[in-house]
Amino acid sequence: MNLVYINSANGLSKAALETVTYAKKLGADVAVVTNANAAAEQLATLGAYGASVVLQDANIDGQDPSQLVKLVAAAAAKVGASNIIFSHDLIGKAVAPRLSVRLKAGLVAGAVALPEADGSTKVNVFSGKAFGYVKVNTAVRIISLLPNSIQPEQTGGNCSTEAFDSQAGSSAISVKATKKPEGAIPLPEAELVVSAGRGLKGPENWGMVEDLAAALGAATACSRPVADIGWRPHHEHVGQTGVAIRPNLYIAAGISGAIQHLAGVNGSKVIVVINTDAEAPFFKAADYGIVGDAFEVLPRFTEAVKRFRAAQH
Amino acid sequence: MNILVCISKAPDTTSKIAFTNGNTQFDENGVQYIVNPYDEWYALVRALELKEAQGGNVTIITVGTTADDAVIRKALAIGADDAVRIDAPASDAYFVAMQIAEYAKGKGFDLILTGKETIDYNGSQVAGMLAEALELPYIAIATKLDVAGSTISCEREIVGGMQEVEVQAPAVISCAKGMAEQRIPNMRGIMAARTKPLNVVAPAALDALTTYSTYSMPAAKSSVQLIDPNNLDELVALLHNEAKVI
Repeated sequence: MNLVYINSANGLSKAALETVTYAKKLGADVAVVTNANAAAEQLATLGAYGASVVLQDANIDGQDPSQLVKLVAAAAAKVGASNIIFSHDLIGKAVAPRLSVRLKAGLVAGAVALPEADGSTKVNVFSGKAFGYVKVNTAVRIISLLPNSIQPEQTGGNCSTEAFDSQAGSSAISVKATKKPEGAIPLPEAELVVSAGRGLKGPENWGMVEDLAAALGAATACSRPVADIGWRPHHEHVGQTGVAIRPNLYIAAGISGAIQHLAGVNGSKVIVVINTDAEAPFFKAADYGIVGDAFEVLPRFTEAVKRFRAAQH
Repeated sequence: MNILVCISKAPDTTSKIAFTNGNTQFDENGVQYIVNPYDEWYALVRALELKEAQGGNVTIITVGTTADDAVIRKALAIGADDAVRIDAPASDAYFVAMQIAEYAKGKGFDLILTGKETIDYNGSQVAGMLAEALELPYIAIATKLDVAGSTISCEREIVGGMQEVEVQAPAVISCAKGMAEQRIPNMRGIMAARTKPLNVVAPAALDALTTYSTYSMPAAKSSVQLIDPNNLDELVALLHNEAKVI
């Protein structure tokens, strides 16, 4: 049996569907364990992605990794899990290492693909500049899957939901405040991202970035200097010290492409760079480049996307 | 307040990344090692700020060989009081975390800090493993850290936002940008670092749980396709028909 942990506190994220799909593709039946009180009907839709049973402990809010590790360990014992899958998101990064010690089971942190024929699993190393292939030397294997590494796939099927009391005790972490912009696409999960840097000259000019993002249905991001001087919030900062993302499409306007910025975006499938400087290093990492002024190119890009969308309908 | 800061060496950001021995080993030829930036800029500097404000002791710890003594001295020059090196190659995250846990057990550290990840293996594993081994609470990827009495307050990243949380000491915290600013060691610090205690400790008998069987490099990017800035319809068509991303 393969076991997947998902956090269903805010419904089923794309990352959750990716992990269930991944567990199904590993072979064997898939059980899902989750905290929080998502509706049973919603959890049952995981059957379409390959889950056969969902164990739900509604008494755990998901804020304390030391509770979540007990939840997943209890579920692993119940179903006899040989593979345990997390998303390599902020919760997976906190819980999967704890589980590795608790079960004395090897962890592949940040897998980007299904295991190879020799049993090793590919991960990014050196901040995306190379790949490593990790072999686990224990009978039980834990894998945290980097978001956007595989596409969720519906194979059809039904799944049951069971209440599960994991006896995980109380939370040691008390939450004082949560700041979360409403309705925004979480950057690590976004498939399309429009990003801009100091070339935009000031926060008052971000309207054209947001317009292009809205036309595409993309999330917005920014470079480090832009977050440092407070033009944009820190959670939008992508790069070595910010968030690492791997969207299908990354559009960068007015960003020169320093090595630290590339470390956060080099997993993107397609990169479009807009810069006035034809010598900007980012063009070497780009698939499509436009040498031009972002102030002129971005509005034209938005109009072109709108024409394309209108023609599709 | 007694603070343990876990540090790791990492290749300088500008190092050329290559592999040897049939792509089974990182090629260290010509590589300059530094203290992993997240460990140094955020975990160590914040620990020093807390000590300067409230008193106490800052110990740094790493798992490695004599080759790591240079980065240990660098961290001592920045201001740590003493250092511990568990004398073994860092074979995997589990091995490193369990060695540090063995050392830290029963020593009464109020805070154990790490960087959010290393810039070489990027696993973000050691802090969580350490917390589990020591049965301590763990706040992952904190961007602010304050301590009042035995209450630790942090800001941490959550999916799509931020959260303010509190926990009672002792606890393990992994540190990210926002927590502190890089400090450049001065000459006095560098001189003092030479005589600060560096305790070399024999490793506990432990096995790694994982191994890297091989490495590979990403396929070379084909050269950029330049688009006329006056013809954005062409770009949109390419993104749809050729790249198939919209």
